[in-house]
Amino acid sequence: MKRSKLVLIGNGMAGVRTLEELLKIAPDMYDITVFGAEPHPNYNRILLSPVLAGEMTLQDIVLNELDWYRDNNIVLHTGRKISAIDRIKRKVIAEDGTAADYDRLLIATGSLPFILPIPGKDLPGVIAYRDIADTEAMIDAAARHKHAVVIGAGLLGLEAANGLALRGMDVTVVHLADWIMERQLDKSAADMLMQSLAAKGLKFRLGASTSELVAGESGRVCALKLKGGETLPADLVVMAAGIRPNVELAEKAGIHCNRGIVVNDTMQTFDPRIYAVGECANHRGTVYGLVAPLFEQAKVCANHLAMYGIGRYKGSVTSTKLKVTGIDVFSAGDFMGGDSVDEILLHDPAGGVYKKICVKDDKLVGAVMYGDTTDGAWYFQLLKDRQDIGEIRDHLMFGQSHIGDAGHAGQNKAVTMADTAEVCGCNGVCKGTIVKAIKEQGLFTLDDVRKHTKASSSCGSCTGLVEQILASTVGGAYQPAASKDKPVCGCTEHSHGDVRTAIRERKLLTIPDAMHALEWKTPNGCATCRPALNYYLISTWPHLAKDDPQSRFINERAHANIQKDGTYSVVPRMWGGLTTPDELRAIADVAEKYRIPTVKCTGGQRIDLLGAKKDDLPKIWADLGKAGMVSGHAYGKSLRTVKTCVGSEHCRFGTQRSMDMGVKLEKMLFGMWSPHKVKLAVSGCPRNCAESGIKDVGVIGVDSGYEIYVGGNGGIKTEVAEFLCKVKSDEEVKEYSGAFLQLYREEGFYLERTCHYLSRVGLDHVKKIVVEDATQRAALYERLLYALQDYEDPWAEANTKPAARREFEILEV
Amino acid sequence: MNAATLEQDLDVAPVWKRLCDLDEIPRLGSRVVKSAAGDIAVFRNAGDEIFALHDKCPHKGGPLSQGIVHGTTVTCPLHSWKIDLGSGAAQAPDVGCTRRFKVKVEDGLVWLALG
Ligand code: SRM
Ligand SMILES: Cc1cc2nc3c(=O)[nH]c(=O)nc-3n(C[C@H](O)[C@H](O)[C@H](O)COP(=O)(O)OP(=O)(O)OC[C@H]3O[C@@H](n4cnc5c(N)ncnc54)[C@H](O)[C@@H]3O)c2cc1C
Ligand code: SF4
Ligand code: FES
Repeated sequence: MKRSKLVLIGNGMAGVRTLEELLKIAPDMYDITVFGAEPHPNYNRILLSPVLAGEMTLQDIVLNELDWYRDNNIVLHTGRKISAIDRIKRKVIAEDGTAADYDRLLIATGSLPFILPIPGKDLPGVIAYRDIADTEAMIDAAARHKHAVVIGAGLLGLEAANGLALRGMDVTVVHLADWIMERQLDKSAADMLMQSLAAKGLKFRLGASTSELVAGESGRVCALKLKGGETLPADLVVMAAGIRPNVELAEKAGIHCNRGIVVNDTMQTFDPRIYAVGECANHRGTVYGLVAPLFEQAKVCANHLAMYGIGRYKGSVTSTKLKVTGIDVFSAGDFMGGDSVDEILLHDPAGGVYKKICVKDDKLVGAVMYGDTTDGAWYFQLLKDRQDIGEIRDHLMFGQSHIGDAGHAGQNKAVTMADTAEVCGCNGVCKGTIVKAIKEQGLFTLDDVRKHTKASSSCGSCTGLVEQILASTVGGAYQPAASKDKPVCGCTEHSHGDVRTAIRERKLLTIPDAMHALEWKTPNGCATCRPALNYYLISTWPHLAKDDPQSRFINERAHANIQKDGTYSVVPRMWGGLTTPDELRAIADVAEKYRIPTVKCTGGQRIDLLGAKKDDLPKIWADLGKAGMVSGHAYGKSLRTVKTCVGSEHCRFGTQRSMDMGVKLEKMLFGMWSPHKVKLAVSGCPRNCAESGIKDVGVIGVDSGYEIYVGGNGGIKTEVAEFLCKVKSDEEVKEYSGAFLQLYREEGFYLERTCHYLSRVGLDHVKKIVVEDATQRAALYERLLYALQDYEDPWAEANTKPAARREFEILEV
Repeated sequence: MNAATLEQDLDVAPVWKRLCDLDEIPRLGSRVVKSAAGDIAVFRNAGDEIFALHDKCPHKGGPLSQGIVHGTTVTCPLHSWKIDLGSGAAQAPDVGCTRRFKVKVEDGLVWLALG
């Protein structure tokens, strides 16, 4: 088949990212030709600032080496600027006459710096700050000259000024507005930022406008005159007064432009063969000047170039982060306040901390922070998710760590950490390693960092720290995805919520059906989506959808927990933590007979037999089964343990029979699969010896009945359970906790513990359905009992069903 | 080729050993084979293709046979490296490779080449 021709104009960040996304999904569809005006392969423009500051070199910031183009059969013309697009002949023509035909054209010409129309603007020594050539000119000027003036105190201007100062120049920043970064910061934050930049030696002229640039004897610029009359010495003038979408070429070709090339939600221009992405494109009236939204555009555009025709770009919310080492500012959204917006403020000038968050209708709409930006990523996430913050409003200001993220080793501020400090405790990754990988490998997302460094890829408790490091390394280029629309994994565009809804509404019953209906991009998914789909199917359609063992993580497939050496652990259920001499004898016998190397009490009140060989498992289970013991599901996204204290059965303070209640709950919930593991506890009195306060469902006996708490978690981030309701009888405890768990089973996303589910939907939502609405409660409880009925112990099945037994049999040759 | 012609090739070709019926390996699953060369994981994908790899992940030796199979890849159960079933190579950015063994299916029987 003849391949279509795709031409890209603009060898920059957005255009090349589109090609990368395209090659991922349709590697053989196009013959690709790229024209770039600059004489370089695609590089990481945002890292020009660290290059100028002397923290990196130009070689470090190349994103796609020439080999990359060659390996992907892309014809690359560097140093060739396209001067015309012939839409009738479908051809682009470069200044030097080189031409290329296209079937599809992608325009990604970025922007042009705005040059003030003042006398002297064309003098030698007057430059903008956009590309490698500008950066080299600045480095060169810094080596020979003394005085620099930067016009414009936005992100670019300040990063330029900082870099020049670090290279030894005497730098003055001239700014028209009354405070610096006026579009990203409010006055208080800007004043604090200006003070710390002044402490680094920068000088400022605010509310000042330039009237003229004056040439010296050599013909090079030598001074800058301000409107008020003041003259500043200047051997180098950097214009950083803004950027304009680079649309000249498109306009000349008759493509509809209006402050940018106008595109629709598929990134298509008014000529259906021509697409545009990046800083040159105007989408729904907005032109973006940061990398993260451009990358989202790239993804959508690639999808349409590949003719998948799914995915729409709906615009982005952006946040700002200045990349000046040692200085931390952050802003996002609408932070200037105004009518019906409540401002929550913390201002400590001496301590160098300023935080303002703006709240409207119980939603976070904006945030500005200086000095301590630890919670920037979290606020940004709340903002993008449009999450209801009513319930956490009173401690929103104190940040996420205050709400539950205890962090590790007390570290929650990435900036103050040394390069040698360990960020990821699971994989032993230090801050320096992460920063180096981000810069050298050109990483932009949390997923990238996880893949390349392994940081935050295991338990995830250091995610916040890694996000901070990313944000301060790539500036506003780091934008966490809105969690609600985040695709399940790379195999699909659909979010967990979409998938759940489709399975319910379209009555999908098998994984292949679901993948087909939802247009999965891979033939049979991956280790992330298959277990999720399997859970959604069996929880939505109990007894109808069939469980697929091959889509379960090995622990759930083999009904035991895999160990680092490939052996397994066996944890028999001890209902409510109670056991008998017979059971203990059976455990002892098994341990001896199968040479179990380690026998241990678990943190969940039962006994773990560690180091069992896989082919022994069915035999071990058969022996335990004879003593009446069943699987403890210590391996599953399922009911784990119901921890109990001795309660009024024995304890002098006990008010309720907690052991008995615990056993009843555990028997009721035996074999319950859930989005994540579920742990319960029942304590006999408020002394709470069973730690009910950190369980998914915690029950505390009081004289008049029981209090039920939900959403506790004692794991990665300690989370205290929230009070759900108070009930009188054992039967009510079963019904209310059962109804809550069923709601979680039906609405929770795979691998979302109850605490995460609750923070997503809000406790009020749960209370309305489970506590206030008796009909819904009863229906949920009934659905739970229906789903759980006839559940067979998987340990017994392994011995009775041949297909199940095969899992454990080893072949010999 | 059937089993009979195979016998004649034995002295020149690798030593083919009969393993099991194809149906005894679950689709998108695997079986472990004990051999003098160590444990070997034999995988079957959705298209009934068969692959055999040394049952040791190039990362920290995890048993690949216990992973989840998708496409022509297995995800290691210990730390989720993705290993290509055809080549034994880890998916980038991870680097490493595990040994491959020859396998084939004939008349619904799975054969493994040792030596
Ligand atoms: C065996 C046990 C440790 C022990 O020797 O005591 C254990 C062992 C493991 N825990 Fe745990 N946890 C054990 C009690 C706990 C507890 C305490 C408790 O249950 O009261 C907690 C904190 C309470 C909680 O979960 O809220 C706990 C929080 C975790 C977490 C963090 C969960 C979270 O949401 O933050 C993980 C990771 C995960 O599940 O993703 C985890 C994961 C694991 C895994 C399954 C890791 C894995 O995937 O292989 C460990 C398996 C070890 C092995 O080789 O078999 N384990 N784990 C405990 C088994 C209890 C039982 O009888 O079932
Ligand atoms: C110093 C600096 C620091 C920055 N810091 C950050 C930051 O911290 N965070 C952040 O998110 N963003 C930052 N940005 C912005 C970010 O770099 C841009 O948003 C991004 O590079 C835009 O991508 P693009 O592909 O649209 O344009 P570009 O990357 O500019 O690519 C456009 C390319 O097209 C070429 N071109 C133009 N016209 C033609 C033509 N007619 N023919 C052939 N080629 C042509 C240009 O030469 C250029 O190479 C920074 C920018 C600069 C300059
Ligand atoms: S048992 Fe739990 S805490 Fe201990 S090492 Fe394993 S996962 Fe970590
Ligand atoms: S041992 Fe396989 S991923 Fe670590």
